[in-house]
Amino acid sequence: MAKMHVKMTINGEAVEALAEPRTLLIHFLREQQGLTGPHIGCDTGHCGACTVDLNGKSVKSCMVFVPQADGAGITTIEGIAQPDGTLHALQEAFRQHHGLQCGFCTPGMITRAYRLLQDNPNPSEEDIRYGISGNLCRCTGYQNIVKSIQAAADELSANKEAAE
Amino acid sequence: MIPGAFDYHLPTSLPDACRLLADLGDDARVVAGGHSLIPMMKLRMAVPEHLIDLRAIGELRGITVADGAVTIGAMTTEAEVIASEELAQHCSILRETALQIADPQIRNLGTIGGNVANGDPGNDMPAVMQTLAATYQVEGLRGKRQIEARDFYEAAFFTSLGEDEILTAIRIPLPPAGHGFSYQKQKRKIGDYATAAAAVVLTMDGGQCRSAAIGLTNVADTPLFAEAAGAALVGTDVGKAAIDAAVQAAEAITQPAEDGRGPAAFRTKVAGVMVRRAIEQAKSRATGGAA
Repeated sequence: MAKMHVKMTINGEAVEALAEPRTLLIHFLREQQGLTGPHIGCDTGHCGACTVDLNGKSVKSCMVFVPQADGAGITTIEGIAQPDGTLHALQEAFRQHHGLQCGFCTPGMITRAYRLLQDNPNPSEEDIRYGISGNLCRCTGYQNIVKSIQAAADELSANKEAAE
Repeated sequence: MIPGAFDYHLPTSLPDACRLLADLGDDARVVAGGHSLIPMMKLRMAVPEHLIDLRAIGELRGITVADGAVTIGAMTTEAEVIASEELAQHCSILRETALQIADPQIRNLGTIGGNVANGDPGNDMPAVMQTLAATYQVEGLRGKRQIEARDFYEAAFFTSLGEDEILTAIRIPLPPAGHGFSYQKQKRKIGDYATAAAAVVLTMDGGQCRSAAIGLTNVADTPLFAEAAGAALVGTDVGKAAIDAAVQAAEAITQPAEDGRGPAAFRTKVAGVMVRRAIEQAKSRATGGAA
């Protein structure tokens, strides 16, 4: 079971690495790439703490083998803020609206919400709740998570309108 | 959880995939989205030595409506099923069902081919395919053949798909324009497998039911095509008496397991409730009602 040579673009940077085929993407990101933002929660595909963006779609990285992501573009929570450290509107909104308690689910929540708002920039509360149904918060802090996403959506829409 | 080690193969054509599968034999599994297989591998309930990834075979993707039928490539994801305007227009029950499978992340990778080929009685699409009289196209080195969805499932995780065969596409005869449909699924929480679920497709003409098909999810070792339940509606006004008869006929063929979703008798009853709701909604849609 020889290691495989894989190439990906992770948070905008080209990455080449060797990995056993059975390596799960979450382990590859955390242990080989040092990207410990995406978390391992349930390890069974339910909780969404390991959510990353793969080729423009939200996926659970504990359910993907590294060779399945060969050639892919990946964004993790580390790639959401500006390079200068300016927080993304979602990150700022989670901070302002107390969208996290223990914070364990937060990287997955924000990475999922990031894609949700790209797909649907003006979501209703129901759209948001359905859109993050693959992400669990054991603190049950959903009210403020939904509020944070709504606030970020409003902010991003206002910015877009101001720019036009 | 670390799965067992395996060699990874990425064929770029269907003949190459079939050849690999034939050469590697019992130790090989094909993987589509992997969202049924990978969890089993993490639990080491599946320990394939070779994984044949179908993602680079373009002909396995896509949705085509032609000649009164829709053909869906096996590698089409549930998210693509949901996004398809053609399916929404011609065969909306697929979208309604896909929206009730798992969660957005899972639907982005989970495929319709994997959902129907896996043979898990908890999967939602198989009963819908039986209701729609779908045909599965399968291919191996020995050639191509077609298997009716209603004949495909033998027991939990056992199907009539040969070990050297790959399910390549699903062909569904388009239900008539104006048909009513519904997929009703009772589950403990969003994303869960069904406690029980029912699919109904029917047509009405002048207040009379012309045709009706009913399928049941997760109330037996296999999906169930509830033939007698559908027949109980045909020729009636789909009023209370006919619906009662259909519900009774559907409940009679269930053989649910007792598990975390409830005792067997409860799940049978839930199946009946799902059948009733699905018939009522399908009737309302068939007669021009909004919901």
